[in-house]
Amino acid sequence: MKTAFRIVRPAKISDDELRIDPVLVERWLVRFLRDELVVARDIKKAVVGVSGGVDSAVVAFLCARALGPKNVLGVRMPYATSSPTSAKHGRLVIEQTGIDDRVVDITAAVDGYLSQEPDADAQRRGNVMARVRMIALFDQSAKIGGLPIGTGNKSERMFGYFTWHGDDSPPINPIGDLFKTQVWALARHLGVPRAIVEKPATADLIRGQTDEDDLGITYAQADRILSRLLSGHDVDDIIASGFAAKDVLLVKRRVDATHWKRHLATTAMISNTAINEFYLRPVDY
Amino acid sequence: MKRRTRRTIKPLGLVPRPRPNGARSPKSGRPIGLALVQFAPVKGDVAANLGAIGDALAALKRDRAPFPDVVVFPEACLSGYFVEGAVREVALTSDDLFKRLRAIAAKALGASHPPFDIVVGFYEADGGKLYNSALYATIGRSGAIRHVHRKLFLATYGVFDEERFVSRGRTIEAFDTPHGRAAILICEDACHSLSTTIAALRGAQILYIPSASPGRGLEDAEPANVRLWRDITRVAAAEHGIFIAYSGLLGFEGGKGFTGSSRLIGPFGDLRAEAPFDTPAILRVDVDPVDLVAARAALPMLGDLEANLAELTAMLDDESALRPRPRQRPKPSRRR
Repeated sequence: MKTAFRIVRPAKISDDELRIDPVLVERWLVRFLRDELVVARDIKKAVVGVSGGVDSAVVAFLCARALGPKNVLGVRMPYATSSPTSAKHGRLVIEQTGIDDRVVDITAAVDGYLSQEPDADAQRRGNVMARVRMIALFDQSAKIGGLPIGTGNKSERMFGYFTWHGDDSPPINPIGDLFKTQVWALARHLGVPRAIVEKPATADLIRGQTDEDDLGITYAQADRILSRLLSGHDVDDIIASGFAAKDVLLVKRRVDATHWKRHLATTAMISNTAINEFYLRPVDY
Repeated sequence: MKRRTRRTIKPLGLVPRPRPNGARSPKSGRPIGLALVQFAPVKGDVAANLGAIGDALAALKRDRAPFPDVVVFPEACLSGYFVEGAVREVALTSDDLFKRLRAIAAKALGASHPPFDIVVGFYEADGGKLYNSALYATIGRSGAIRHVHRKLFLATYGVFDEERFVSRGRTIEAFDTPHGRAAILICEDACHSLSTTIAALRGAQILYIPSASPGRGLEDAEPANVRLWRDITRVAAAEHGIFIAYSGLLGFEGGKGFTGSSRLIGPFGDLRAEAPFDTPAILRVDVDPVDLVAARAALPMLGDLEANLAELTAMLDDESALRPRPRQRPKPSRRR
């Protein structure tokens, strides 16, 4: 008698390397904010720069849940050329979360400096805006005894797509290890309005600017390539797995060119007590 | 939680071993009350964290169940885990820690409280060296340090950098306690099956694992490292027919969040109880030593291992035996 064999294959599981469980991530990040702010630093108030984009919206929602909305100050910092849509969406975030609202128009501060630098190009102007916003956020924090909360995601951190010591400067960042596509997934779970989640991402430093135009690749593609590069796959492997060579090389070049932006200043070492080289203490010690 | 009724079976001492250091014989047949404590230490503040240990002891005294026989605290719980070059500032000698624990216990429980055992993970200073250690001591009348385990597998990869700051332990010992023969492994020590094997071969009936596992992998309903640790401890307990008491550190340290999940695994690899991964908790669970007998009768893995040990250790000793051997090519046969 013949033996009848049944072919057994593994059950289909999601092969999405960017999959997150948004319920768990929310729980994790709410606890992170409480532990790092209240427990470790004895600070009960947070300040979030609310741009109208999805990153700052997610951070505002998380802070409101972690600390209570009345312990969170949303600071909207428009410049003269900022998009009206950003302003509208910023207001929406304030309304939906119930956090305190403050508008600081940065036009006078930015133009005050740039009036002495009439030749500054769009990139320099954008950097000045980001750094003026940083000054405003830290000052608003000092005013209420709070701490600025970072809103940079992992994709832009890996691309170096931020202003050094500008939008990366807040000392606590709940979403810095989430790729942009993961931030979108978390935003949907948190109830961030669809208009904010579904619009094209933009730094809104230049009229009509979008992240994906600036970067030359969609986040959907870039995040998968980044995820594989960070997991140790080499460029040839990633191309062989079906990604366009030009996209993979673009991502690799951007990452390789911006390692410096993910570090503090390079300091000349002249002793065996050099800070962060020999003298090593954790940030929360 | 109520204790099980007293049994008359004498299950302990399955693997007869000499009892060094004047350790008393196990109280055979009586269930052992365990309390696995998880909390978030105040970074670098040894006095505050000893205070937290006192708080846990006081909470156990107030609890409706009888005071436990053994109270277990996580790895590096006197200072926090990530202390980098500050290890030397937070490290204690084991004698100093023992004295402080006695004082804390006397304050929390009163001087006349009956003796109990305690396991505490801490950074240890000894002879100019620093270690990631765990102390097992009896606190109270005729109390003593029964063992200090020094972590062998110093995690030094990715987010971990232990080897830069502490020295490596060299031995895995089993030791007698008033509540059975025990061994301690610290965190990554227990990820290596050879470590748990040595502990079991040396007669450990209960393995204590103080741990500090930073959460990562949030793609499913619980962090991936929690699932991995559950699997590791269940397999080790089932393979050797031992109890495993795992106590996990809690709290965020510089963005890295530790995932408590303290748990007790029975000798069939059965998960008896587990604490949440993000909440300070004391997991109370009683273990009945008779279960060890049942498990080792049903799954005599440890006995089988002992039977094959001579050949296996010879293979381990023979380094060349561990190298992959080139396959012998069959001689080409002449065609006909």
